[in-house]
Amino acid sequence: MKEYKGVLVYGEVAGGKLSSTTCELLGCGRKLADELGQNVACVVASDAPGDSVAEAGARGADAVYTAELTKDAAGSAAVHVALAAQAIAAAAPAVVLIGHTALGRELGPRLAFRLGAAVATDCIDLQIDPDSKTVVMTKPVYGGNALAEFAARAAPQIATVRPKAMSAGEPNPSHPAETIQLAAEPATEPVKVLERVQEEVTGVKLEDASVVVSGGRGAGGAEPFGTVLKELADVLHAAVGASRPPCDNGWAPEALHIGLTGKIVAPDLYVAVAISGASQHMAGCSGSKTIVAINKDAEANIFLEANYGVVGKFEDVLPAFTQKLRELLTD
Amino acid sequence: MSDLRMVVCCKQVLDPEAPPSSFKVDAKTMRMTLPPDIKQVIGQYDEFALEAALRIRDKAGGKITVLSLGNNMARDVIKKSLAVGADELVLLEDAAFEDSDSWSTAYALSKAVQKLDGYDVIFCGRQSSDWDAGQVGAGLAELLGLPVVTLARKVEAVDGKLRIEQVIPDGYQVIEVDTPAVVTVTSELGNLRYAILKGIMAAARKQPIVWTPADLGLDTTEVGEPGRRLQLNRLFQPVKEAHCEMVEGENAAEAGANLAIRLREAKLI
Ligand SMILES: Cc1cc2nc3c(=O)[nH]c(=O)nc-3n(C[C@H](O)[C@H](O)[C@H](O)COP(=O)(O)OP(=O)(O)OC[C@H]3O[C@@H](n4cnc5c(N)ncnc54)[C@H](O)[C@@H]3O)c2cc1C
Ligand SMILES: Cc1cc2nc3c(=O)[nH]c(=O)nc-3n(C[C@H](O)[C@H](O)[C@H](O)COP(=O)(O)OP(=O)(O)OC[C@H]3O[C@@H](n4cnc5c(N)ncnc54)[C@H](O)[C@@H]3O)c2cc1C
Repeated sequence: MKEYKGVLVYGEVAGGKLSSTTCELLGCGRKLADELGQNVACVVASDAPGDSVAEAGARGADAVYTAELTKDAAGSAAVHVALAAQAIAAAAPAVVLIGHTALGRELGPRLAFRLGAAVATDCIDLQIDPDSKTVVMTKPVYGGNALAEFAARAAPQIATVRPKAMSAGEPNPSHPAETIQLAAEPATEPVKVLERVQEEVTGVKLEDASVVVSGGRGAGGAEPFGTVLKELADVLHAAVGASRPPCDNGWAPEALHIGLTGKIVAPDLYVAVAISGASQHMAGCSGSKTIVAINKDAEANIFLEANYGVVGKFEDVLPAFTQKLRELLTD
Repeated sequence: MSDLRMVVCCKQVLDPEAPPSSFKVDAKTMRMTLPPDIKQVIGQYDEFALEAALRIRDKAGGKITVLSLGNNMARDVIKKSLAVGADELVLLEDAAFEDSDSWSTAYALSKAVQKLDGYDVIFCGRQSSDWDAGQVGAGLAELLGLPVVTLARKVEAVDGKLRIEQVIPDGYQVIEVDTPAVVTVTSELGNLRYAILKGIMAAARKQPIVWTPADLGLDTTEVGEPGRRLQLNRLFQPVKEAHCEMVEGENAAEAGANLAIRLREAKLI
């Protein structure tokens, strides 16, 4: 039997740099590998890699597997599944780390079923079991109402890791890394992209915002997203977000969807307006430093999660809240 | 092309929208429990997947088979799929299927799909409403050697192919895929329609087809707990402490203003 050893990170590139999630994976992967006295490899397969190959080395990869892709290939999950399988065959890692991102959510399971491996998705913690020296994967289940700890019964073990769950650590530009070229993988699936439609979101970007103002089903329609919620967000230099129902109903673009099946945010301040606090929503914002809730129902679950709360209709609370903030912030 | 043969995978789950405080882990059996008066439901995304199939049949015709794996499934819950219009319900039901993980679930479902009288599209939810794995759809595709399109918010049958709007981080893309294919469905597709009386009465008369592991040529090492690739070591609930400071006022507006003052005092803004 082949011996599986070390950690392989499947990297993603954004704007000519490693994505922040990839940096987190390398931080976590380096820690695990050091504990085991093993190596870290990283795949960087992109149409515009920029500095990301060197960056992967500086962030702890001992070997970087690279592939130059066309733009179409870079957007095809099938191509990444094949490249990941190729890198795994070459590196024989014991642990494969993939971001629980748009790509990773598809890549992780497909790779596992293709290789007969075990995968745990959306992990928030990875620890080495002192007895077995294998990695235990912790994943929220039941929308976040419980945590499950899994061990793998098949190798390699694959984990997709929730963004922002791990810390990236500091880069070290003098860390040596060898570069290995992967063979090109043609896209062979009968899948054709006919058209790509970008939904314009103006203002502060949700993922980077230090303050987020979110609206829920209780907003009752699209209007508050353009008025009271937006005005509050503007005063706080905040990004606007939403729970799932406003996005499903078309009151807000899907790009604003926060939660288990939407974006994960961890701002300093999260203001939840007319959101009940379902566990699947909280999964996307419970990493916030401070949560403020405005809800007309004093019994709403959100008040069990929030640091500050006001019971009242948002129509009454928000204008006065925003006005007072404006006064305080211009003083 | 002849009518599309569609398969929809639906799992019966604890109601994911029951109050969070009502979920309790039974540490001994490592199972999640809810009070017995809270009824089980079909997973939310599984319902969206069923709606996707129904919309295709509304326009282009076709046949819808619902597949569900589990044990002791409540007939009134899972037969909702027939009441809203599925043509056929096949249950993979046996004690041996208990404690499956995504691997053993997808493996058994792949055998069941192959035992059907042909298939063109397999619909799954993007993720289950209990274990939130998001694996079975992609797993079925790999096991059956099919393409998969994930996160569909709209699915149409056009000239023997599927045309799918797939959600991507900053919008959506329109994808065309040959059949047979697997499609996983997201919430933007829209809610499952309500059952009408005629459907409910027709469903009452229909009996589900039940297949056991033996019917699928599976031996007991391949299903349920022995067939898992992931071993569940622990299931637990971290203790949460409520620590909410309620800000009040003479009326809601004053409470809003006081909230601003309080956040300022706490140096949060
Ligand atoms: C597998 C799975 C994944 C999911 N993923 C997500 C996800 O990623 N993100 C997500 O958000 N949800 C997700 N959900 C759905 C989730 O379970 C809830 O249904 C959803 O979060 C509820 O959104 P909400 O709080 O806006 O609506 P509701 O629960 O309907 O709450 C509305 C709240 O608004 C309050 N309200 C009403 N009117 C007013 C008013 N005038 N002023 C003040 N307050 C008012 C009400 O008191 C209520 O508390 C998921 C569910 C499942 C099963
Ligand atoms: C009655 C029952 C009790 C269980 N108890 C436990 C337990 O105590 N501990 C434990 O670890 N696991 C348990 N499981 C197994 C756990 O729910 C599996 O992980 C699950 O069946 C596989 O799905 P997933 O959550 O990984 O699905 P995902 O991959 O998240 O599901 C994606 C989609 O696949 C389809 N799908 C998934 N599962 C099924 C299914 N069973 N039938 C039909 N379609 C499906 C749906 O369309 C779903 O939207 C239990 C399962 C059942 C049915």
